[in-house]
Amino acid sequence: MSLLDMTYGGPSLLAPEWLPRLPQRWVEMLLQYYHAPEWLVSLAGFAVAAGTVVLVFLGAFALLSLIERKTLARIQNRIGPNRAGWFGLLQPVADGIKMLTKEDIVPTKAEWFLHLLAPILIVVPSMLALGVIPYGREWVPVRLELGLLFFFAVGTLTEMAVFMAGWASGSKFPMLGAMRAISQMVSYELPLIISSLGVIMVTGSLSLPAIVEHQGTYHQGFFPAWNIFTPWGLSATLVFFIASIAEANRCPFDLPEGESEIVAGHMTEYSGFKYALFFMGEYLGLFAISGLFITLFLGGWQAPLPGLTFIPSWLWFFAKLIAVIFCHLWIRGTFPRVRIDQLMRFAWLCLIPMALLTIPAAGIWVLIGGGLKGWLVTIPLLLIPWIILTTIFNRRLAPQTRTYTFAD
Amino acid sequence: MSIFKKWRGHSARRPGSGQNARTTMAAPTRWSMPGLGLFKGLAVTARNMIQSYYRKERMTTVQYPEERAPISPNFRNFPFLCYDGDDPVAGLRCTACSICEKECPPQCIYIVLDRDENGKSLKRPKLFDIDISVCMNCGICAEVCPFDSIYMDGQYEMSTTDRFGGLLLGLGRLAKSADYHMKLRPLEASEVVARRKADEEKKLAAQAAKDAKAKAAKEATAKAAAETQAAAAGKGETA
Repeated sequence: MSLLDMTYGGPSLLAPEWLPRLPQRWVEMLLQYYHAPEWLVSLAGFAVAAGTVVLVFLGAFALLSLIERKTLARIQNRIGPNRAGWFGLLQPVADGIKMLTKEDIVPTKAEWFLHLLAPILIVVPSMLALGVIPYGREWVPVRLELGLLFFFAVGTLTEMAVFMAGWASGSKFPMLGAMRAISQMVSYELPLIISSLGVIMVTGSLSLPAIVEHQGTYHQGFFPAWNIFTPWGLSATLVFFIASIAEANRCPFDLPEGESEIVAGHMTEYSGFKYALFFMGEYLGLFAISGLFITLFLGGWQAPLPGLTFIPSWLWFFAKLIAVIFCHLWIRGTFPRVRIDQLMRFAWLCLIPMALLTIPAAGIWVLIGGGLKGWLVTIPLLLIPWIILTTIFNRRLAPQTRTYTFAD
Repeated sequence: MSIFKKWRGHSARRPGSGQNARTTMAAPTRWSMPGLGLFKGLAVTARNMIQSYYRKERMTTVQYPEERAPISPNFRNFPFLCYDGDDPVAGLRCTACSICEKECPPQCIYIVLDRDENGKSLKRPKLFDIDISVCMNCGICAEVCPFDSIYMDGQYEMSTTDRFGGLLLGLGRLAKSADYHMKLRPLEASEVVARRKADEEKKLAAQAAKDAKAKAAKEATAKAAAETQAAAAGKGETA
């Protein structure tokens, strides 16, 4: 057994548990060998750990931009990009070159500094949010005691960046798009945070690695104790997933950039690399929110069956990430964009009440101690309000028939 | 009372009331679990996606530079000149009659009649140019041609980097064989071939009849001449 194996657990069959932390470990050992001061060692270690995450997710962003187009194409019975390289694998490179070589236009009425700052500020919070997610048993870039709070605090920064972009562009489409974006993101932040409160109550911690470890047991020796497999967790999962789609500004809640209505929303006046940065920020935000979704409800890096723990935990995390991202693509390929009034009504009349209900449900679940009794008590607690909510508000939530008196 | 009416949206129909749209409640339907429709939609797209990998008829994309969709016989693009046999010069059906040149609305056809050294018409074009940057694909030239010579083509890859020379088609690029026409538009071409054959036979028959008639006439005149000669000789003798 090598020194590294002893440090990071036993050797694994496919790819070792410590593989993603290898660069950090190397740099730290190298600096320690040259008797560098302690602060430098830890700083360099953090920098390399952050660099690993950023590189991994930038690569994933490039790949996703291709996979998204391919998947959407297949859903529409098309082939998708297949000209640049084998199966279009060089398409992200071509897109990158195109974006980099485009002219960077700043409108005369724009406030150039804010205009420049907005795309940077939209990427940075997503990257910061990616830093606290536990990717594997040993791979947590930053172990924060208040990781969940940090995630949400940093996540709200993107709203500011979006509004900054809309305001600084000095034209009306970005402004309208930014206003829509703010109203949407603030409305959907609430169900997002409220639905994750149940997890915090059950775990008793805001630390993301602790939340994952809490889901590490198996009922009856094979059924994973993930939060999604509890009544309150299922309800919270649905609410969180829908709210996360809206937070990531993705279809069917992609109103801020609705092409058919307001050109490209807050990105209208951006071109070239700044535009690419907006895209990057959006996709990194999608990765971050999906990573948090997996961490909170889908057991994080835990294997779905106890016999499968020999596969490294970070591979499980990424398998789940791929599945969640695929669901996002699938949803994007299926649903049309909702109207702004439908969007707001859905958030305030349906999602927030359901999210609020998960809190007492989770409390009762903890009080009873789970099990069959917990199911029997919490299911009616969630299902009856859901049916009441939907039957009362169904007619309001459903698209209403509009009679246009002057358009006829 | 009227204020309640307004709330119910009745007065909104009146123009100038400030509201241009009236929303009505959706018709009450049988209760079903909200959200089921979403899963129905997801199932449709999933079926689309999965079947696109093994069902040929789902993927209708023709990958253009490598593959080409077969063009319809009704597709008509720029004109071409038809020739019989293998030689595009000798077999050219065009007689340089210039009808198409005169009929062409944008006047994109330019014809020079070929003549021999004596100035006699050779009934073939010395120069036949079509400027396809001017041509508007109306097909009038093909309709008016009495010699089945000019037809509309099915060619659509005509882009060129040379916008003057490259878009001015001469005889070399215009002349295409009758076989090409047959392949392009079999129905029209076979009809034309049959008609031409019948015409040819008719012409031959007419020629033969004319020849026979001429021969008979010649013989008759010869006979008459001989008779008159004989008569003259007889006269002379008698004289």
